[in-house]
Formats: sequence, C-alpha cells, structure tokens
Amino acid sequence: MTLTLNQTNKPLVPLKKKSSGRLMILGFLSPTLAILLFMVAYPIFSLIWNSVHQFSALNLNQEFKYVGLENYTYLLSDADLWQRFIFTGKFVFVCVSIQMIIGIFVGYRLQRSFRGRDLIFTLLMMPMMLSPVVVGFLWRYMLNSEWGIVNYLMSLVGLGQVNWLSQTTPALFAAAAADTWMWTPFIILLATAAFRGIPDTIYEAAEVDGASPAYVFFRVTLPMSAPVLFIALILRLIDSFKQYDLFFALTGGGPGSSTETVSFAVAKRAFNYFYTGEASALAVILLFIIIGLSMILVRHLNNMGEKN
Amino acid sequence: MAKVELKNLSVEFGAFKAVNNVNLTVNDGEFVVYLGPSGCGKTTTLRAVAGLQTATSGDILFDGQRINDQTASERNIAMVFQFVSLYPHLSIAENIVFPLKARGFKRAEIARKLDWVAEIFKLGDELKRFPGALPPGTKQKVALARAVVRDPAVLLLDEPLSAIDEQFREEMRWELGHLQRELGVTTIYVTHDQREAMSLADRIVLMNDSQIVQVDEPHNLFFNPNSIFSGQFIGSPSMNLMDLKPVSGGFRLGDSSIVLPEKIVPDVVRNSAIPVRMGVRPRDVKLVDEPPEFGIEVAVEDVFSVGRERYFSFRVGDEIAQGIDVRSTSTGQGRNVAIRPEGLVFFDSQTGNRIASKGTDV
Repeated sequence: MTLTLNQTNKPLVPLKKKSSGRLMILGFLSPTLAILLFMVAYPIFSLIWNSVHQFSALNLNQEFKYVGLENYTYLLSDADLWQRFIFTGKFVFVCVSIQMIIGIFVGYRLQRSFRGRDLIFTLLMMPMMLSPVVVGFLWRYMLNSEWGIVNYLMSLVGLGQVNWLSQTTPALFAAAAADTWMWTPFIILLATAAFRGIPDTIYEAAEVDGASPAYVFFRVTLPMSAPVLFIALILRLIDSFKQYDLFFALTGGGPGSSTETVSFAVAKRAFNYFYTGEASALAVILLFIIIGLSMILVRHLNNMGEKN
Repeated sequence: MAKVELKNLSVEFGAFKAVNNVNLTVNDGEFVVYLGPSGCGKTTTLRAVAGLQTATSGDILFDGQRINDQTASERNIAMVFQFVSLYPHLSIAENIVFPLKARGFKRAEIARKLDWVAEIFKLGDELKRFPGALPPGTKQKVALARAVVRDPAVLLLDEPLSAIDEQFREEMRWELGHLQRELGVTTIYVTHDQREAMSLADRIVLMNDSQIVQVDEPHNLFFNPNSIFSGQFIGSPSMNLMDLKPVSGGFRLGDSSIVLPEKIVPDVVRNSAIPVRMGVRPRDVKLVDEPPEFGIEVAVEDVFSVGRERYFSFRVGDEIAQGIDVRSTSTGQGRNVAIRPEGLVFFDSQTGNRIASKGTDV
C-alpha cells in the first residue's frame, strides 16, 4: 500500500482571514451606503419623525410637539381630504384607461415596419420630453374659454363654448387629455416593443389554425405581451397617482380646491400653509400607497425573471 | 383529404424568382417530400400552398378548385413549422385545441378530439404543462398534434425535425411515417435531409435554383437520376463524375490515362457529338485484388473502415474519386478498382441532363 491519502482538509490556497474580506466589502460599499443613507434613509426617517409631531417649518420658534398619530387621525377623518383621494382616483382611472386603450391600439398598428415609422416614433416621443408644468400651461392656453383654440375649433363646428377649467368635471377631462397627450406615446412605445417581440411564426401558426384577426389579438397578442403591458400599466398608475405639477399649471387646483390631487394637497399643506407635521403625515400615507403599487410591480418583475 | 395541384406556380421577391414555374400534382393521401439545398425555393413553395406567401403567378388547386385567393385560415390546411411555434402562454392541451376553438367547435367535440390526439401522440402526462417546460422533440410532437387534430385536407410540414436531436429525430420520423399512412392525409413535407426524404416519401420532388429538377419515387431518384444535379445531390458520398474523351478503342476518363472499354459504353454515348460526363456512385465501385473484367487500375489513395463498410478514395487523373466497399474480401492492398457497369450514368456535360444509363437509353 503505497497510496496514502492526505487526510487533512487543508485547502491548496490558504484562505484569507474573513474579517479583511468583510472590511474590503464595507470599504467599497461605504460611499454608496453613505449617499443612500443621507439621500434616502434620512429623509424618510425625518419624514416619519415629522409626521408624528405638530410643527411648522416656517415658525421654528413654535414648540416641536409630539402628538403621536393625531396628524393621521385628523387627516383620515377630514372629509375634504377624502374628496382629494376620490378626485385622484377618478383622474388615475380616466387617464390610465384611455392611455392604455389608445396606446395598445396604436402600438398594434405601428408594429409593422413602414416608411416613416421611425419619424412617427420620434414625433410621438416629443410630448414626453416636456415638463408637465409646460404641458399644463400649453393646455391651459389652448383651453382658455374666451380665446383658446379648443373652443374656437368647437365654435367652427357649431358647438357651444365650454368653460373647461372652471368646472370640476370638464377640468378633470381636460387634465386627463393633457396627461394622455403627454404619456400615451410611452404606452405606444412599450406596446409596440412587446408586440414586435412575438415571433412571426406564432402569427403564421395562428393564421393556419384558422383564427380570425380579432381572435389572434385577444388570445395570442394580448396575453403574450401582457407582462410588458402590465409594467406599463403599473408605471402609469404610480405616475398619474402622484400627479401634481400638471394640475398646478393647468387649473391651479381650482375651481376652489376641486381639482387638487392628493399630491397637490400635500404640497399645499407643506408649502402654502406650512403645516409641516400634517403634510408629512399625508406624505407618509401617499408613500405607503405608492410602495404598495411598486411592490406589485417588483414582484411581477421578479416572476418574469424566474420564468425566463 | 385533397388532391393538390400546382400549375405554373411562380413566387417572386422583387427581381428574385424564388419559385420559377413549378408544376406538380400531389395525389389524395400521398406523402410528397420537397428536397433540395438551402434557398432552392422548397419552403417558399410550401408557404404558397399554405397561403402564407402570395403566388406571383400560376394556380394552386385543391381538388380541382383554385384556392389562390383564399387566406391561410380559409384553406383547410395544417402546418408544422421548422421552429417551434407553440403558444407559450397556453398549456399543451390548450395549444392542441386552439385550432378547434378558433373555428368555433363545440365543447364536447373539442374534448373528444383532444382525447383522441393525446392518445395517438401519448401526450397524456404533458397536457397540463406549458411549452417552455418541454424538450424540443416533445414540442414538435405537440405541434404535430395541433396540426392533425382537426382533420386537415392537406398537412404541410416545413423541416419539422431539423431542430430535434438525432436520436429523437429518428424516432419521430418513424412515427410520422406511420401516422401519415394511418390518417391518410395528403402531406407535403419540406426537408434538406435526403435520409428523411428517402425514408418518408411516396415521391420526392427534388428542387434546385427555384425549379423542380426531378419528381420520382425515392428508389428511382437514387438509381435513375435525370441530371448531374440529381445524381450528385442524392447519395452520400456524392456520385463520382468524370469527363469522357473518345480515344481509339474506348473513352479516356478525365485527364487520366485510364481508358474505359468501348463495349461498356451505350451507343448513344458512343455516337454523341456533345461532350459526355460519366457518373458512377461510390457504391458501384469496389476494391479488388485481381484486375476485373470492367475494372480500372488506379492508385488507391486512402482506405478507412466505418463499421462493415470501407470507404476509399482513388485518383482518376487529377481528380479524387470515392468508393464504398461492402463486404469485400479484398485486402485493399491491390491497385484495382472494379466498376459495376450497371451503375454507370451518362450526362450531357453542357446541360447536365442524362443521356443514358448503362443499358437503358433515354
């Protein structure tokens, strides 16, 4: 028996001490961590901290008074604030459903290559590049009841004048129109990409299988591009839910405060009335709603990753 | 079931003729295989029959009725594609019944047909799974199940086995042949694999350069190639080709000093004014130790054995020719190669058309 086994489990390359490896990792991560702590963790913590106190950023001499959940109970029992939630919900629903329908339809039309398609895409992208405030003002001028082009065009076809921005429901639709004008291209872009991701042979197979175009659209195209469309939907939900600047420019929240969204209400409380504690509490509520929506998105993205 | 006729069918892509004036009749229940090199127009022909490609000119008839203007979904055809085209978001069962649902079949009918194909293809365990979880071979099986589930008049198969690994391909080929005969469905199958074509087809349609070269039963295609292309494309290794040059007492092979005795060359060739090329399959030459009656003395270059067969190469002038020796007793040391005279084929060296094969003039 000349064969001997080395019984000691000594690794060929000696392992470095674990602590130095950890220090190294920490060293590399620390700049990022520091920025993250300073830019994200601290503001969130201070937001939550502020939300359980009664104070005003304008009047720092006033006592920074701990009130527990009083800000929250006050806000949640405020009927006017519930009106903001309802209005925001209506706006989100109208916006997102119109944008999804138009986006999917136009995206479906644009999936085939034709001359000038790239140009159309570039043109479609342009509203997205504008600031919502600019869009708000643009539409405000177009919708002006006396000299706006919208009412002028309506008068040409014999329709009566509408006071778009001084009534709640027309203002809601006006804002939805502006938001749709701005953000539908985003859905078109994603939908086109999703539709084009479906191989031609799938469509050919469906045609050979005797499926009508409508059947193919609802049973093949839509379900196969659903993951991407779902992402577009959630992103638009989140984005339109926190819409503020568009309304700020378009209606200023009026008439009264009937076209204020929840974000608008937060901004007003924080920077018009300087009820800092109360505004913080409302921001926290908003934060949780958006985190909820984001979690759906993140979970969905993770599922997609696993499937592939 | 249907009889398929192609009359002067052409498909053009701009200036390029992908299919050039093709005529063919596929009988009811027949299994026809389109064979040819890549880009010869066989898949385009199939797509034209399917209705996925518009014919530029010519007619496509099913049972005598012109169907050019019908869409793919109106023609009663089913198709299996080269690359898997199952609906990834639907289960195997839903995939299979898709054509039935799309055509509005009744629920009970759908269930009955699903049971029927699941039984044939032994897919019972897979029905609830999704395409992404299946190996390529099983996916194509599902695609085939989806194709036959609604009794199509014509079954079109576009290289259905090419994406499947060797072992499973063999098995699928066998099953496919059986299934086709059992169902009796008119089948057009496209492949570039001659073994597939040879083993499946009732008739092979050999295509090259957008045109049909030869339509024949597999056996005939192999033994009676009508052109240099047929002779060379079918069979592996390829048919050996040598120019014949008339000299006194016979014909010289290529630029070698080997002379083929006059008596084994048919009259048509002997009297031909045009230059002639002779073809001989590797299987029709063999190694011998003693000079044979119709043999040529050559330098055997290389011999290697594959199982019971010995592949060898030999020089004819500047050219290397190949032979396969089956169950030969030769040691391989000899310098002699015997040619089986019945295996000689003679072609017009300009047009490539066959002039004669030994004994049978054309």
